[in-house]
Amino acid sequence: MGLENTIFESLPDVVTVKLDAVINWARKSSLWPATFGLACCAIEMMNSVSARNDLSRFGAETFRASPRQADVMIVSGRVSRKMAPVLRRIYDQMPEPKWVISMGACATSGGVFDNYAIVQGVDKIVPVDIYIPGCPPRPEMLVHAIIMLQEKIMKESVKDRRDTYEPESRESIVPGTLPVTEGTKLEQAMEEAVVERNISRPYSIPSRHEKRRSS
Amino acid sequence: MADTTVLLEYVEKLKAENAEWVADFKNARGEVTIFVPREFLVDVAWVLKTKYQFDMLVDLCGSDRGPEEDPRFEVNYHLFSTIHHNRLRLKVLLGEDEPNVGTVVTVWKTANWHERETFDMVGVIFDGHPDLRRILLPSDFDGHALRKDYPLRGYEPYSLS
Repeated sequence: MGLENTIFESLPDVVTVKLDAVINWARKSSLWPATFGLACCAIEMMNSVSARNDLSRFGAETFRASPRQADVMIVSGRVSRKMAPVLRRIYDQMPEPKWVISMGACATSGGVFDNYAIVQGVDKIVPVDIYIPGCPPRPEMLVHAIIMLQEKIMKESVKDRRDTYEPESRESIVPGTLPVTEGTKLEQAMEEAVVERNISRPYSIPSRHEKRRSS
Repeated sequence: MADTTVLLEYVEKLKAENAEWVADFKNARGEVTIFVPREFLVDVAWVLKTKYQFDMLVDLCGSDRGPEEDPRFEVNYHLFSTIHHNRLRLKVLLGEDEPNVGTVVTVWKTANWHERETFDMVGVIFDGHPDLRRILLPSDFDGHALRKDYPLRGYEPYSLS
C-alpha cells in the first residue's frame, strides 16, 4: 500500500486551492540552476550539490549548462567587465520565471577587487534576488540561499509576472546600467501587433518584473 | 652565479655585425641584457634567430617606468635557444611621445599575441603588426590599464551600455 492510497483515502477527490500556491509550489520545488561559476565560489557551488551537502534535498541539484533550461542563475565569483555582456546575454536567454543568486562578496560588491577590471556588484547588470556574503560562502550558505529563494517564490503571484511593456520600466533603470534601446524592427512590429490586437507578448527586457525587483 | 662568458660572446658577435646594434649591455645576476635602439630591433632579432639559433621567444612584455621617467617605456624580449640552451634579453627604450617599435611577428610568430597584450596594457604601438587590437581588456576600454598614471578604478564608472 503506497502513499497515494493513503492520500486518496484521507482527502476528497477535489481540492480547492489558490492557483498561486500550486504554481509557486511547483516552481520552488524544482529549481534548475544555471552554472555560472566564475571563480573560487564555483568550487563551493559544486560542493553544495555533492554527497555531503546534497542540494537535491531541496530540488535544485540539476545544474544546466544551457540557460534555456535553467531558471536560477547562481553568479559565483567575480564578474569582469569583459564578462559582463556575456552574463547579461545568458540572463536574457533564460526563460521566465527566473531568479538570480549573487554568491560571495565579489559577485555582490566586487569584494577585494575594487579596480577597473571587475564589475562592482553583479546587480549593476542583472536584478538579484538573494545575496550571499562570504569569501567564499560555505555550501551551507548556498543551501540556505536556495531555501530563502524558495520562501521568496512562495510569496510571488502569477499576476505579477505578466510581462507587459511599460515605458516607465525602461526609464526606471538607472542610466548607464542597462542597454536601453528602442528594440529591433521585429520587436517594434510586435509591439504594434500587441497594442492593436490585444494579444499576449513574448518575454522582453526590461520587463515589469525586472523593474519591480530591481527597484 | 651563473657564468655569462658565453652570453657576452653574443654581445661581441652582435657588435661585430654592426656596432650600432648594441647601444649598451648589462651583465647582472647571470643574465645578459642588450639594449637595442628601436630602429635596429627587428634586424637584431632576425640575426639572433637565424644566425645564432635563438629560435624561441619566451616572453615579450612592456613596462611603464612612470610618467616622470625619460624614456618612459621599455619593451623586453626574452629569448631562448632550444639548440644551445642559452637565454638572452633584448631591451628597447621608448619615449612617451613616440612609443613605437617595429613588430617581431615576422621573426617569431608567437609575438603576435604578446605584442597585442603589450599594446593593450601599456600602449606601446608595434609598427607593422598584422592585427594590433586589444586582447585582454574589452574592445571599448578607455586608456591603457598598466600605465602608472592610470587610476586604479578606471577613468569613469562602469556601465554596460
